[in-house]
Amino acid sequence: MFNIIIGQYVPGQSVIHRLDPRAKLLAVFLFVIIIFLANNWVTYALAIIFTLLGVFLSKVPVRFIYRGLKPIIIIIIFTFILNVLFTKEGELLVSYGWFHIYEGGLIQAVFISMRLLVIIVATTLLTLTTSPIDITDGLEILLGPLKKIKLPVHEFALMMSIALRFIPTLLEETEKVMKAQSARGSDFTSGSLKSRVKAIIPLLVPLFVGAFKRAEELAMAMEARGYRGDVGRTRLRQLIWSLSDTFLMLVTLFLTAALFILRG
Amino acid sequence: MGKIIEVNDLCFRYYEHDPWTIDSVSLFVNEGEWLSIIGHNGSGKSTLAKCLNGLLLPEEGSVKIGGLDTRDELAIWDIRRQVGMVFQNPDNQFVGTTVKDDVAFGMENHGIPRNDMIVRLDEALKLVQMEEYAAEEPHRLSGGQKQRVAIAGIIALSPSIIILDEATSMLDPQGRQEIIETMRYLNKENNITVLSITHDLEEAIYSDRMIVMNQGKVLREGLPSEIFKEAKMLEDIGLDLPFTVKMRQALSKLGVPLSENALLQEELVEELWTLQSKI
Repeated sequence: MFNIIIGQYVPGQSVIHRLDPRAKLLAVFLFVIIIFLANNWVTYALAIIFTLLGVFLSKVPVRFIYRGLKPIIIIIIFTFILNVLFTKEGELLVSYGWFHIYEGGLIQAVFISMRLLVIIVATTLLTLTTSPIDITDGLEILLGPLKKIKLPVHEFALMMSIALRFIPTLLEETEKVMKAQSARGSDFTSGSLKSRVKAIIPLLVPLFVGAFKRAEELAMAMEARGYRGDVGRTRLRQLIWSLSDTFLMLVTLFLTAALFILRG
Repeated sequence: MGKIIEVNDLCFRYYEHDPWTIDSVSLFVNEGEWLSIIGHNGSGKSTLAKCLNGLLLPEEGSVKIGGLDTRDELAIWDIRRQVGMVFQNPDNQFVGTTVKDDVAFGMENHGIPRNDMIVRLDEALKLVQMEEYAAEEPHRLSGGQKQRVAIAGIIALSPSIIILDEATSMLDPQGRQEIIETMRYLNKENNITVLSITHDLEEAIYSDRMIVMNQGKVLREGLPSEIFKEAKMLEDIGLDLPFTVKMRQALSKLGVPLSENALLQEELVEELWTLQSKI
């Protein structure tokens, strides 16, 4: 019937897949920060090697990573061009009318695009190798200390997992309503933009009404099953921190130190 | 056999100044029995069900589950653990992202230690014959399978009562059969009290006792064989008689001498094919 992969998760059994989501989240978070330390060829090379190593170990086909990059590529190209045109440092390389390219500008442009590229690849790798529910679990535990300052971390995680669980259900319902409306002569696929947008309204109304009804029934069912928030709750899902997770943390910390030392 | 549920003069309405949705209802449920509560839409039977595990609290009168009052705030979680409830829509009571997670949801809420949870999880899934689907996601399951998972989630908490609130009304005939069979097994083998709320009289045939509700009141109470004799009353409150009952009536009208007690299809068939040989 349906074969939906929620998010962009690509199931697999690689080293990266099997890492604890907490370790991956922490590593990516730290990496995205320390990439701003890089400011010369050596430090950028290190960051790139670190990322490529991750891609290689994850065994995720490159086209999936490319798919994650696609929406960002235009932004990267745009920043590249802006940096080339407007940074006036170092030797003048090309000069043609108002059009000047300086050496410093070119280097700056390469660095900035590298930085963006590396950040996107690293975060894409996280979502490609970790199922959404694992990310949710990891976040819940990592953000756990924030419960002390009354942030509803558990509720937020539960909300996420329920949302994930209901995506296929709502898609199914959308399809049903669409078929029902098509059967009555509604046309979703042709006509002007205005008429197409108009055709969507009779699709959205029943969907919203249905979703609210579902929410109410689900709340009732959860209460009947003894749900009372985070009080005295145990968990079936368990995250296991293994040696490789500690290793990942060490490598990331080592990279941080290396970037501090080698930056110009 | 003790009374596991006792309802005394229960009155309930959703809004003040509204007429009563439940109008001074008194009833009891014996331990280990299968009781059907039947009634047309709006007869108050679903509201009654929600009063039985404290989802709704009585405005007047009292509801006691195994001696605990639903208005006692300290007892409410014990009551909800005792009284499991399967709702009508299979999708809207599936909380977990997989079958396993969903069965565990109730146990997590009640703080059952993880090791214990894993054992109970396996047992519960085996009881409803869903152990092969443990890692499956809900959108890959049929309605009947989802309802069985809901039952497993309840069984895992070892309750004494399961309330089926129109639990089979959205299922296809096969799914309906699966649920009835699972429940009958649990009723017989695990001595779980079953309270089935339904407007499907075919389902009520199997029960030990029946209560007919209409407009928030208990209209009749008795054995299925007694209740089905009053065909006119059932039709008057908008219920559809089971096929065998209709058949028996039609045959009786034609002068075929049939007893009035047998309700099940096999019983009718048995009676019909031995009819001539007796004469």
